[in-house]
Amino acid sequence: MAASANNPLLIEVKDLQTYFFLHEGTVRAVDGVSFNIYEGRSLGVIGESGCGKSVTAQSMMRIVPSPPGREVGGSILMYLRDGNGAAEVVDVLKLPAGGPKMRSIRGQQIGMIFQEPMTSLSPLHTIGDQISENILIHEKGVTKKEARERTIEMLGRVGIPRPQRLVDAYPHQLSGGMRQRAMIAMALICGPRLLIGDEPTTALDVTIEAQILDLIKKLQADLGMALMYISHDLAVVGEMSDEIMVMYLGQVMEHSTTDEIFDNPLHPYTVALWRSIPTIEGKLERLVPISGSLPSPFAVLPGCRFFSRCDRRIPGVCDAAPPPLKEVVPGHLVRCFLYQ
Amino acid sequence: MLLYIIRRLLMLIPILILMSMVAFFLIELPPGDYVSFRIQQLKMSGVEVSEDEAQRLMIQFGLDKPLPLRYWQWVSGIVLRGNWGWSLQWNKSVNEILSERIPMTMVISFSALIFSWMIAVPIGIYSATHKYSIGDYLFTFLGFIGVATPGFLLALIMAWLLFTQLGFSALGLFSKEYLDAPWSWAKFVDLLKHLWLPLILVGLSNTAGTIRVVRNNLLDELNKQYVITARAKGLSEWKLLFKYPVRMAINPLLSTVSWVLPGLVSSTVLIDIVLSLQTVGPVLLRATLAQDMYLAGSIVLILSALTVIGALIGDILLVLVDPRIRFGRLAK
Amino acid sequence: MSAQESVAVSSETAQQTPIAQKKRSAEERYYYASQRELIWWRFTRHKAAVFGAVVLIVLYLCALFADFLSPYSMDTRFEGYQAAPPTPIHWIRPDGGFQPYIYGLQRKLDQKTFKWIYTEDTSKLYPLRFFVRGEEYKFLGLFKTNIHLFGVEGAPIFVFGTDRLSRDLFSRIWAGARISLSIGLVGVFISFTLGVILGGISGYFGGVVDDAIQRVIDFLLAIPGLPLWMTLSAALPRDWPTLKMYFAITIILSVLGWTGLARVVRGKILQLREEDYTLAAIGAGASDWRIITRHLLPGFTSHLIVSITFSIPAMILNETALSFIGLGIQPPAVSWGTLLQDAQNLTAVAQQPWLLIPALFVIATVILFNFVGDGLRDAADPYQR
Repeated sequence: MAASANNPLLIEVKDLQTYFFLHEGTVRAVDGVSFNIYEGRSLGVIGESGCGKSVTAQSMMRIVPSPPGREVGGSILMYLRDGNGAAEVVDVLKLPAGGPKMRSIRGQQIGMIFQEPMTSLSPLHTIGDQISENILIHEKGVTKKEARERTIEMLGRVGIPRPQRLVDAYPHQLSGGMRQRAMIAMALICGPRLLIGDEPTTALDVTIEAQILDLIKKLQADLGMALMYISHDLAVVGEMSDEIMVMYLGQVMEHSTTDEIFDNPLHPYTVALWRSIPTIEGKLERLVPISGSLPSPFAVLPGCRFFSRCDRRIPGVCDAAPPPLKEVVPGHLVRCFLYQ
Repeated sequence: MLLYIIRRLLMLIPILILMSMVAFFLIELPPGDYVSFRIQQLKMSGVEVSEDEAQRLMIQFGLDKPLPLRYWQWVSGIVLRGNWGWSLQWNKSVNEILSERIPMTMVISFSALIFSWMIAVPIGIYSATHKYSIGDYLFTFLGFIGVATPGFLLALIMAWLLFTQLGFSALGLFSKEYLDAPWSWAKFVDLLKHLWLPLILVGLSNTAGTIRVVRNNLLDELNKQYVITARAKGLSEWKLLFKYPVRMAINPLLSTVSWVLPGLVSSTVLIDIVLSLQTVGPVLLRATLAQDMYLAGSIVLILSALTVIGALIGDILLVLVDPRIRFGRLAK
Repeated sequence: MSAQESVAVSSETAQQTPIAQKKRSAEERYYYASQRELIWWRFTRHKAAVFGAVVLIVLYLCALFADFLSPYSMDTRFEGYQAAPPTPIHWIRPDGGFQPYIYGLQRKLDQKTFKWIYTEDTSKLYPLRFFVRGEEYKFLGLFKTNIHLFGVEGAPIFVFGTDRLSRDLFSRIWAGARISLSIGLVGVFISFTLGVILGGISGYFGGVVDDAIQRVIDFLLAIPGLPLWMTLSAALPRDWPTLKMYFAITIILSVLGWTGLARVVRGKILQLREEDYTLAAIGAGASDWRIITRHLLPGFTSHLIVSITFSIPAMILNETALSFIGLGIQPPAVSWGTLLQDAQNLTAVAQQPWLLIPALFVIATVILFNFVGDGLRDAADPYQR
């Protein structure tokens, strides 16, 4: 696995399988995904829409919409450390999704920011109400007044002007960027060990996006928390993460440090992704789109999932059996027969 | 906010004027005028009316004046002196007849509305959170039947069942011994005993309709992102449900008041007639059967006006509970 | 989106799922089906709606052939059979053979309550016969005949009992069905005409006209209907002939009834007016009338049919209510509402519960119409999922 083992382990996801049981068939949204998250480090997850990156994050929070979704296999081990550094290890998948233990992890241990700042906040409650609610849920004995003070302070920290006034604002009175700042404040108010950003800047203007990314990076450093950053935007993921995981149709295709994966992409899918975006310093090349479209989400493919779109496929090999995920260079995992 | 309310209040004025015109039109509608009708009535009861007397009556009721003036007299009588006119049939002022019955009718209509919400909202929440369960199917089916079943016919059947099976006479609002008794706790309890059936029957179709609205709204809301956000905070499911999506799902009920209320008042009138409750319904029926148009017209006007005001209250409450509308208006 | 486009889109997306692939041939049929066919297919899948439609058609046919279906005329009095209960029909003869038959009724006066008590006189049985000759009537108003669907010779048969004027309730219910069921159609036709014209004008021309019509609709919708109808029908002279009264009541009920349909029409027109094909027609210089009839009306007929299906039972119910309280159809004419007048007296109903049978007919009719309307609503939007 990637060389970030200097920091203590925070979350260990092993062979996670999350399926959606729909009327039309079963969608294997996440199918055998494993990775680690270390304290204070950041992991970027990249892939097209529908590749299972959001569902992976939702599984870690146990907020996969159920029914139809269910975590059917694997484990998600969380290392809950107290002040002295002693760790209690909990398998999140074994906890009842709505139980008190799981709820104490959500919001307190893991904070999450979502894609749509427009719809992520309740329109009927002030942002202050919705942020301080987080404190009141997780910290016993905190008065409403204290919670409000802390909320105002946090709003200031995420760069909301005049927080004393805007704490009483309703979401529709704020711009998209301001709302996303409020969302960040909500996710961070209880000082989580991990912040998951599920495409938090996708819906924002480019200039606002840059501000929010800077803010998240700064806060991550200040608070010393881990970050799991999900996006379909390579440039953003590259900027945000220490290591990158490339996902395709519910599986990890490639996983390595950011530098390694940018300098030396191995999997044809990763290579194709790299080719399909313009680079600033790169030569004037034609952008190459990835041919074909995603296979049906219901299909059960016997071989490599990328087979139908791969430009280096080996018929008879790649469509016969699924390739394993293999460490071909130390700290660099690839799921492809070309590197076996 | 305040501006909005003031604007809505101002908009009320032309509607009320129009309603008074409709009511006056109804009063003037039957062939033959008021006085000749009265003279005929007096004659039938054996009282001879002289020519002078007839003339005096004509002037008293202003029938010698043109229509617009008569309308003005009638309306100004109501607005300035609170005088709703005279009922031929009862030989009493309309005010006296209606003073107790109108409030009772409106109480029944409004309580039926609240009552139907109290039943429908929990069922709607249950149905939405237990989508496609047996209970959901059962309530959906019952709701369907409830929407289609006419309350007044059900009232007939219920009254018959209660009477033959339990010996309970559902007719009237009070048992005989309390009819003319002054208000007391016992009388109030007796009233409640008689009130539940009309409340259920009047609210029936609204209950069924509200279940559908709440269920569909809540199903929409449950899939919204803000619910997932709240869940990701670690809020327990019950608290989450009632703080966020349920509030979003039931707020729109307030906006339905304006079109549900007229129907409720109508069915109150009808069901009160069937169950002969001491409300405005049976009075209106007697007035119309006897062509006592001042009474009938006044009742139509009062019920319409109160309905419009009720709807206005609903709209104002909606503005109060929904910050999007509240601040949206302010910004403009 | 135009009809053609949306078919293409929905079949394309559907083909990506394996289930749709299996149904390729069905998909093709779907693709080429006209809108009417699509609606029909979806409607027939709605079991309750099909059931409702079939039963309603039977009901309307029964009303149409009421004279033939009922053994007696609606105002024949049977001396000595005042408030008689429904005649029990027996199926197996005492000697074991299958044959529907009835016994004659005996009555005696209860000395305490002074009520007639009816008992079967089992000494003689009267077979039930079909296509018997009875009272003469004019079949569909065309020719005179005296053949009735069923009857009994020698003793009267009261399928639903008799009223206190000793008339056969069964025959009266079918006579009443004519008025009650038809008033729904006629009333909705009137409100429909008004609604389509005013809603169409409102939606198509917009502006001041639209504002004015919308304010009128708002106003009418704010008035509680029943008190208004009661007062309006109170102004009608009681001695009007039945037919005149019938139309007067229908018009009174339509005074408010058109508003809902007008809303539907206006909303749909506002939406369709912006469609490309309408704009194209305007661009091609088509007249207003042509645009409305050729381009707009077809676009929302399905929605109109749905609204109409829900309006008919409301109309029937309102007529029943008015007649029930004595302000609608006047005797000697009968509707289900006038029949129910007898049921207003609780003690009478307690002794003669069969007086409530007309209520069951009204409730059933209304629920059946709602079944059909629900099915149509689901079917009307074949492209919407």
